[in-house]
Amino acid sequence: MREWTAVAVAVMTCVGAAFAAAIAFGAGSAVAAESADCAVAAHLAVAEYPLPRVAAAMDQAGGLDILVMGAGSSTLAGPGGADLAYPAQLQAALSKRSPALKIKVATNVRTRRSAAEMVEGFEKLLMEQKPALVVWQSGTVDAITGVDPEEYRLTLEEGVEKLRGGGADVIFMNMQYSPRTESMIAIQAYADNMRLVAHQLEVPLFDRLAVMRQWSELGTFDLTGATKKLETAARIHQCIGELLADLVLDGVKIAREQANPPNSSPAPSR
Amino acid sequence: MPPAAPSQRDLRLDLFRGLALWLIFLDHIPSNVVSWGTIRNFGFSDAAEIFIFISGYTAAFVYGRSMQERGFIVAGARILKRAWQIYVAHMFLFVIYMAEIAYVSSSFENPLYHEEMGIFDFLKQPDVTLIQALLLKFKPVNMDVLPLYIVLLLGFPPLLWLLLRQPTAALAASAAIYALTWHFDINLPAYPTGYWWFNPFAWQLLFVLGAWCARGGADRIGRFVRSPVVLGLSAAYLIFAFAIVMTWNFSALAVYVPKWLSEAMYPIDKVNLDVLRLAHFLALAAITVRFVPADWPALQSLWLRPAILCGQHSLEIFCLGIFLSFAGHFVFNEISDAVFMQILVSALGIAIMCAVAALIAWYKRIEGRSPGSRSKSSDADLAGGEV
Repeated sequence: MREWTAVAVAVMTCVGAAFAAAIAFGAGSAVAAESADCAVAAHLAVAEYPLPRVAAAMDQAGGLDILVMGAGSSTLAGPGGADLAYPAQLQAALSKRSPALKIKVATNVRTRRSAAEMVEGFEKLLMEQKPALVVWQSGTVDAITGVDPEEYRLTLEEGVEKLRGGGADVIFMNMQYSPRTESMIAIQAYADNMRLVAHQLEVPLFDRLAVMRQWSELGTFDLTGATKKLETAARIHQCIGELLADLVLDGVKIAREQANPPNSSPAPSR
Repeated sequence: MPPAAPSQRDLRLDLFRGLALWLIFLDHIPSNVVSWGTIRNFGFSDAAEIFIFISGYTAAFVYGRSMQERGFIVAGARILKRAWQIYVAHMFLFVIYMAEIAYVSSSFENPLYHEEMGIFDFLKQPDVTLIQALLLKFKPVNMDVLPLYIVLLLGFPPLLWLLLRQPTAALAASAAIYALTWHFDINLPAYPTGYWWFNPFAWQLLFVLGAWCARGGADRIGRFVRSPVVLGLSAAYLIFAFAIVMTWNFSALAVYVPKWLSEAMYPIDKVNLDVLRLAHFLALAAITVRFVPADWPALQSLWLRPAILCGQHSLEIFCLGIFLSFAGHFVFNEISDAVFMQILVSALGIAIMCAVAALIAWYKRIEGRSPGSRSKSSDADLAGGEV
């Protein structure tokens, strides 16, 4: 305790010098390097669990139907916004990586929709569209309206069961990193619960929160700037689409390894 | 001038409450590199536990004496007056919060964050939002602790009455309420959906535990707490919690947590004061009282005086800390969030908290009411704040 206090007091005595230095350093680092590649966050978007239904669809049906189930941040507003948003970018990236396959990404996106409201529509959507993979993005609306985090967790569990029961693999996507509203929306409890369900039910998680935080910290993209232009937003969605495509193929790879374990090494146990 | 230290006042309470206030301030600035050093990143419990426990301790210490000397009605009235002060402080913070989000909503536009802008919907219907806030149902982020304290104080007079007569029965009643809360899922409703983030029916256990310790419980269990077995168990549990929390910070380590353990352990429920959190706080407390005696000379030293002063004016400094955490986050967005700036804002914030605490102490001294003196208006500060 004594050390802690000593450190705090020592820091305070340095405040004068620190202030001058902070202005010099701070001004320099506020300028973001727009040209940096979105791959700087690739290590944060790795599948930990297999996607067996996706692997089967790709191997047997020769195509892949994906459904993105989301809210406001699954799309971009304005004319042509949907084409710039990550679901369309996911389709483009997957088609590029697997040109022989017929990839189709459909969306079911409505703003201000909680996770529980999405689950209500699952059965109908599964019947109509029969996707092999559902990318399920949720959390922000639940956090804004203050849904009980425990209820949110149970909703996620129920949703995964329904989706898998309907023949689809699931990928969770969590919230965006939004520095401006960070002190106003308590997203952490929801992100933690999503991670918990992902581990317990072995659902690959696209940790959009960590990925975007990484971009913000490295200065890859400026997430604090006020703008009406779509440029940065479109580039971010493109990156998300590409990283998400990598994650899908990652999950397929794990599924194939588990189905046909190579003799030399055991299948990944997780 | 040294902090007032009458013989009956345990400066350790002020010290740790002051430190908890600093930690709460640091933790409430999002994406602050300095908050990596706060205790929530090293174990299950955080500054909230320290604060509630010490607040229960000081409340029982001050109002218990008041109830013995002046009776139930007078002490009860004083407790309710304190609850009213905290309510007013909470509403003041709420206004500052609304001002901040109103500013951000009118100045910030970005197509990327269309969904997040939903938080500003509250501004579109002030009639509902303000009334729900006055009813303590609508509580913005990080403004949950004062409402919890208000509810705890509202229920405190009868509890204190029982505590003065049958301390063990009072503690047992509190534990029973905690158990029933878990069993029947009792909590207060929030607006627009959900429940309170700090469930008063669960968190009261920590408050009452503090109160029980103040009314002789600490002496009764003192020997037990200092026994080698308890110390060993506490240390082992702290190490275990540290190891688990490290697997949250470094997800590559998560594979080393056996599945049966994570299924038994998670989720660790902050809303309802999870048993794992409570045990972590108790282990911390056991280690602390062992190594920091009440007559520890450093408590009189210059180095610890800033934290002790903050702890002695906890309601004011708590509110200031919440305001400063809003302001600090605002600075990150408007000026710079470079690491250097984060350290600077954190250090400046703590310096401001200490300076204001010193100012309040000075002001109260010239008004003839130093904290800890037995003048009639001193109890609010002693019982303090609370959170």
